Formats: sequence, C-alpha cells, structure tokens
Amino acid sequence: MAVEGIGARSVRKEDKRFITGRGRYTDDINLPGQLYANFVRSPHAHARVNGIDKAPAMAVDGVVAVLDGKELQADGIGNIICGWMIHSKDGSPMNMGQWVPMAPETARFVGEAVAVVIARTKEAARDGAEAVVVDWEVLEAAASIGAALADGAPQLHPEAPGNIIYDWEIGDSAATDAAIASAAHVTKMDLEQNRLVPNPMETRCAVASYDPMEEHYTLYSTSQNPHVARLVLSAFYQVAPEHKLRVIAPDVGGGFGSKIYIYPEEIVCLWASMKIGGKPVKWTSERTEAFLTDAHARDHVTTAEMAFDADNKITAVRVSTDANLGAYMSLFSSSVPTYLYATLLSGQYQIPNIYAEVKAVYSNTVPVDAYRGAGRPEATFVMERLVETAARELGVDPAELRRKNFIQEFPYQTPVIMCYDAGDFESVLDKGLEAADYKNFPARKAESAARGKLRGIGFSCYIEACGIAPSAAVGSLGAGVGLWESAEIRVNPVGTIEVLTGSHSHGQGHETVFSQVVADRFGLPNDSIQIVHGDTDKVQFGMGTYGSRSAAVGLSAIAKALDKVEAKAKKIASHLLEADEGDIVIEDGEVKVSGTDKKLGWHEVCLGAYTAHNLPEGMEPGLKEGAFYDPTNFTFPSGTYICEVEVDPDTGVVDIIQFVASDDFGQIINPMIVEGQVHGGVAQGVGQALMEACIYDEAGQIKTASYMDYCMPRADDLPLFKISHSTTPSPSNPLGVKGCGEAGAIGSPPAVINAITDAIGNNNLTMPATPEKVWAALQDVSMKQAAE
Amino acid sequence: MTTVSMTVNGEARSADVEDRTLLSTYIREALQLTGTHVGCDTSQCGACVVHVDGKAVKACTMLAVQAEGAAVTTIEGLAEGANLHPMQAAFRENHGLQCGFCTPGMIMTAVDMVNRHGRAIGEETIREELEGNICRCTGYHNIVKSIAAGAEQMGGQREAAE
Repeated sequence: MAVEGIGARSVRKEDKRFITGRGRYTDDINLPGQLYANFVRSPHAHARVNGIDKAPAMAVDGVVAVLDGKELQADGIGNIICGWMIHSKDGSPMNMGQWVPMAPETARFVGEAVAVVIARTKEAARDGAEAVVVDWEVLEAAASIGAALADGAPQLHPEAPGNIIYDWEIGDSAATDAAIASAAHVTKMDLEQNRLVPNPMETRCAVASYDPMEEHYTLYSTSQNPHVARLVLSAFYQVAPEHKLRVIAPDVGGGFGSKIYIYPEEIVCLWASMKIGGKPVKWTSERTEAFLTDAHARDHVTTAEMAFDADNKITAVRVSTDANLGAYMSLFSSSVPTYLYATLLSGQYQIPNIYAEVKAVYSNTVPVDAYRGAGRPEATFVMERLVETAARELGVDPAELRRKNFIQEFPYQTPVIMCYDAGDFESVLDKGLEAADYKNFPARKAESAARGKLRGIGFSCYIEACGIAPSAAVGSLGAGVGLWESAEIRVNPVGTIEVLTGSHSHGQGHETVFSQVVADRFGLPNDSIQIVHGDTDKVQFGMGTYGSRSAAVGLSAIAKALDKVEAKAKKIASHLLEADEGDIVIEDGEVKVSGTDKKLGWHEVCLGAYTAHNLPEGMEPGLKEGAFYDPTNFTFPSGTYICEVEVDPDTGVVDIIQFVASDDFGQIINPMIVEGQVHGGVAQGVGQALMEACIYDEAGQIKTASYMDYCMPRADDLPLFKISHSTTPSPSNPLGVKGCGEAGAIGSPPAVINAITDAIGNNNLTMPATPEKVWAALQDVSMKQAAE
Repeated sequence: MTTVSMTVNGEARSADVEDRTLLSTYIREALQLTGTHVGCDTSQCGACVVHVDGKAVKACTMLAVQAEGAAVTTIEGLAEGANLHPMQAAFRENHGLQCGFCTPGMIMTAVDMVNRHGRAIGEETIREELEGNICRCTGYHNIVKSIAAGAEQMGGQREAAE
C-alpha cells in the first residue's frame, strides 16, 4: 500500500463511491414510514396573509396535515437569526427585522413559505400544496436597491426605517478626501455586482425524524456545517436541546456557501415530524424552489475612486457601496459586504489612504448571503477594474502599473484592518506573464484583426483572506461564533487511524487530503487512515467548511492533534526501547531510535498503548488525542489572473482564448485537488462575468428561476486553463497553507471584463457581458468614431 | 397505477407506479437505484442520464411507462464487480469529479459519446457533446481530460477484443 504524503497528486479516496453510483446524498436516504413535505409559497413579492384555507388540501387523498406559521410561532419556534452584528457610522446596532420560518402575517419575497403540507406521497404533498387557498392582500414591492432606497418606497420591516439595515464605514474619510483632492490623477467608476444564484448541482434536502419516546430528533441535511446547524436549531430556533438533536450531513453535492445556512425548510421539517407524532418528514427542493429559496449572492452598486500621484503611485481609494441583502438577514449576510469586503480594498497595493462606506438595504427579494468568495470577489472587482482603467487613462502598461504599486515587504498593515503576513506578488505576476506569453500579445492581436476579430487581454491581481480568524478578533468585529476548528485522532490498537474532523467535505476531497497529512506524519499507507465527518453524534464539534478554511483551520487542528499523538507514541516507544525520548523518530511506519538499529513497528507501539502491559509510570492507556485550533491570523492567498478573449464584432460573442491562473496558496498538500479548485472557481467567475444574472422585475417576480433562464457555463463556454503555483508559506498555521477554494471565483471576473473592454475599446460594460451587451457597447464605439 | 417492467443492469425489474412517474423517479424510488441523480426540473442538467437500449437518455425526459420492455443501464450497472469501466477509472485518474453529483450523468454521457465518436474523439467534440450536462465544480477542464483518456482506454479494449 502506497504512502502518499504532503505534495503528492494522490487520486481521491472518495471517488470510488461517486463513480459507481454508491454516493449517499440526503435525497438517497429514505426512512421507514416517511411522509413528504411540500411548501405553500408566496406568489407575490410583498403581500399580507389575510387567511389560509386548509380544507381543500386536507381533502386531497394522502394529505396528513397542513401546518402554518402561526402554529409554528405558537409552539415557540424561534425566528431566523443573523449571526454577525454590524454597527452603523453613528454607533447604532443594525436594524434587523423579524424572520419567522413560515410567514404568519406578511410574505416579503416570491417563494417565501407560508404553510407546509405533509402527505403520504410526494405527489399528494404537491397536489395538497396547490389546493391550499391563501387570501393574499398584495402590497407594493421594492425589488432592487434603487427601489428600496427611493422616496416613498414600501417599507419592509418596521425595525428598518427607509429599508436601511446599516450605514457602515471603515477607514479615514477626511484623509482619503484630502489625498484625492491633491492627486495628480483620479480614476472614478460606477460599478455593479450582478446578482447570482449559487446553484450547487444537488438541491437542498432534509429528512427529519422525531422519536416521541426518547424526545430525540434526527436531521439528515445538505449542510456544509452540521454542528453549526445543530447549535442554531437548538439555541436560537428552540427545536430541541442540543443533546437531543443529531444532525447528519452525508455526501453533499456542492455548496459554494449556499448550504451554510439553516433555512426555514429544515426547521419546519423537524418541527412537523414532532407535530404529527413522530413520523419522518422528507423535503427535497426542486430546482425552481432552489432559485426561490437558496441564499442569493453579490448584488452591489458601487461608486469608486482611485487617486495617483505624479509618479503613478496610488495615494487613495474611496468606495461607496449599496448592498442588497434581500427580504431578511441571512446567517452571515451582514458580514459579507462589510468585513469580508471593505477590508480587502487595499488589494495587493501600498495605499496610504482608504475609506469605504456601505449601506445595506432590505428589498423584496430572496435573502442574500455568502457565495464562493463572499465579499472578496466584490472587492477584487472594484480594485482591479479601477487599476486597469487607470492604466488605460494614464497610458501605461497595466501589468507595470500594478507592479509599481505592489506591497513588497511583509508583514504589511493595511489601513483597513488586515495585516498581510506573507506574499510575493511580483514573482506571481511574472509567472503569469510568462505563462500568458504577454510579450507576444500584440502579434496575436494583429492576427485576430486580420480575421476580423477583436482580441483583448485583461489582468486581475487579487488578494483574499481565508480561514477567517482568530476567534477573539472576529468576535470583536461582531461575529456571534468562534471560528476555530476541532479534530480528534483515534489510533486503533492495530495502528490504523480514524480522524474525526469538524470540517465538512462537499466536493473538496478532504478524505484524500487529510489522509495525506496523517500518512506524511507517520509514513503510513493512506488506506489505513479513515476520515470521519458530517455527523454530530460522531464528531464532537466543528465549525464546518466555508471561506476556504478547511486546510488552514481544519487541517491545522488535525496537525495539532497529530502532535499530541506523536508525543505520546514517542513516550511509549522510548519506554519500550529504553531510549531517550528525544532520539525517537517515527517514519516509514516504524518507530526508531535514531542512530541505532533499534526499532518497533508503528502497530506494535499502538498495540502497546492499548494492552497497557508496559507503559511508562503513570501514563493512561490508549492512543487518542483531540485538539481545537484557533489560528493567529487570516491567511492571504494571492494571484495574478490573465484572460485573453476574442470578440466577434458582428455578434458580440466573447470567446475565452486563454486563461492563465498564477496563484500563491502557500504550502500545497495535493496539487491535483488544488488545480481542480482553481478550475471550478474560475468557471464560476467566468459565469459571473459572461452569463449569470438573477433578474427580478419591478413587481419582484424572479425572471430567472430555472436552468432555462439562468445561464451557467457549459463545457463549450470554457477553455482549458493554464495554472501555475508559487509558494510563500503562511506563517499563521503549522502547515503553511492558505486555502484555494474561492480564489478562482474571486480573481477571475475582473480579468474577463478587463479583457473584453480592452478588445472592444469601450470601458462601459456591466456584468454579465452577454453578446447583446458587448455588441451594444461596440455600436457605441462606432457611433462615437462616426461622430468624430 | 400501472405495472412497468424493464431490464435494468441486466436484471428483470418490475414495479407498480402512477402513470405520471418519470423514468428517473422510477429508477430512484421504485428500484432504489440512487446513483441516478436529479439536478433540475427542466431536463437541462444531465445528472440523470442513463442508457436506454444502448443510447444516452435523460431519465427525467421520459415516463417510466415509455421504457416498458427496454434495456436500461444505470451508473450502478457500468462496473463489473470491482472492475471499473474504463470511463469510470478515467474520471478517477484525472480528477474528473469533485462533489460527485453530476458524475453519474457525466460518465453515462461520456460512454455514449465515445461509442458514437470512437477513440480519437477530440477536445472540441467532447465539449460540444457535453452541452447537455452541467457541472458546477470542475470547470469541465478535468472532465474533458477524463473523457479523452477514457476514450483511449475504451478504444484499446475494443481493439484488443476484436
């Protein structure tokens, strides 16, 4: 059996079940006697519920119960919470409206649940939900930032006058203004972040079951963080005390952030199972339901300025953003456009003055929360569109303008909280330029022109922050939870190892990567290591997987627990081998006394720990250790993305000819998996740049609620990617890792838009840059040229 | 209710289902073969692709009753015991999957396209043929590589057999 340690391109352990159809996703789980839930949802963006007539539904064959929001409230089920407190400029706390899991009085977005039908079959549940008659009183809706902030706009929540949740700021406003006023050049732009829907391929699903004898609940759920789900369901929604609630997140088919949150449907299924006397209740989201209920993403309107001195050094950045948080505040929604966004507005650059203000608004749309990148794609888009545009205005090479302003020495304290601990932006840029064959771009452009095509090149030098931490620091910024991770290493008497982790894998390949770190430590075959995750009955606690934290935080906890296992194993070996503890080394599956031929097999030491016949004086038997790891800082992955496009001037169709990703993720455990993360992230970023848009009409009807209307990248939309890595280890965790899950989605959108605007000679282009928009932008250019 | 019978992965199977039951629902719920996935409501995503009488079909686009008497192969029927089909092995070797949800449909589609285009199927054809399958994790990069490698292996096996 092979030993594949840190740095190996180890093929994935989990793949065997996925390629043979033996994966076990939540919808694959069926409990004996289970019933099915189907939700009655608001067809209106804003409407009062004047009455619910359940009788027609109860008359449908197979319907067992119809439950509504008032009954849920009467049973003491709590409101859905936002777990990050933000204070406005004036010091006042954010204005949070009430979010009842099923609206008892007023629905505030299309798709909000007002009742649930429980039936013996899926079909009967659906027929029943259609039969429920709701007496709606339709109210005026505000379905965009502009509509929500307009004078006389309908008010969504009495707690939030003017629909404003908070009006927050960071940085030194006066100093930034002064620097802009005295600048040699100022680049000013209006920018938009298109609204996105995450769309993991597996829709959400819940199988909830209540045992009336034990008063115990079990929830199978498509969750990225089952322990957080259990904590929130218990402490805030009062579904059950924590020790009476087991949450299992089995194989999960992608998340991208959208499966962090605890949604109304999971709460209602648990409560409904109790309400109907303990029969299991299953709900599987349909795709359109996913568009109507999964947390949406992005949706910013921004004005931004970047100031330069006469030497083209950046002297200031000023940003004003309005962020749409939808009809209710989702779990981490408040932190996304503030601490996950504005704290990255220094980019890779030395900028002495930065100021940002962010207004978060309610609107009659699906709640908005973190999606792959969460705040950092928005910040990167602002910075990299600004700097590329400035280069064009100043008539300098965009790569060289960036190089000139790069931070060169670390640690570097930005004016917006973050302290970058390590990086080498210049060598990462150079690797990118080399891979993109930048110097020969003019020749390629000429060749395209000869074929009647417009070729353009665009850059994006991103920096982001992963492994959000340490807990005390995020607590001081308003987080309601700590952001550490836990791990437990159970070494069996025969020397095989089970690793219990609070991280959760939903495509990231933890079973493979985590095993590599353990194999590396002791020289054991990867096959002898089992990774256990996703079950609150097995793993004590964990914060789950999001924000590219599983390597930086989760794997660090494993490394720390391994330290303890290693220390105890060495103590046992030194006792058995009668050698000094300091001379014991563990490698190649053996425990050796260095400089001698004395040794024991790893399994012999493990067995010794469990037989306990001959342990050092006072030592407890067994070999099992746990650790909680709280990082000392965020990690800061960075990179240069270079996109080259060809535009057909007759149709506006954009073809991505080449995409170069040159990243610095610190230490890499499995390059194959890291490359895969970059491919997928870039694809989602290209999706945002070229085709994805969630569109609401003025009445608040969502117009893009299926795959026939919401366009995502398909195989023929994308090229093969050119990927390279540089490595400056992170000093903030024992393995030196930084995280790679989100970088692709963070860095790529501005690279694509910069390339298209370079090709067409018109910088006025919003995302998604559909052929229609690109063609229209080209017509503006020809009209201007004709006028001149 | 109607009794619907077909051969699934070489075995005669039969179940009573409502007339409106989709083939995908029949496979997942009546036969409990949960490797076939459902990712959308509109036949866009291809997670449910199976082979019906040797051709790739989105199992959500047809009713179970339409497959009466047919020979259906699902992802569970592709490997022979512990011996993976070359396309399955190629997806693993080339990291052609992440969350695994679209994977059964991708593999079934891939086998079908190689059956039609042969060993030398190129990147462009693979990308065109994947038009009906959405993956949200991989950016398709490694799926394209997996299918090219799987095609090589399948072609090799076929030539050896001839």
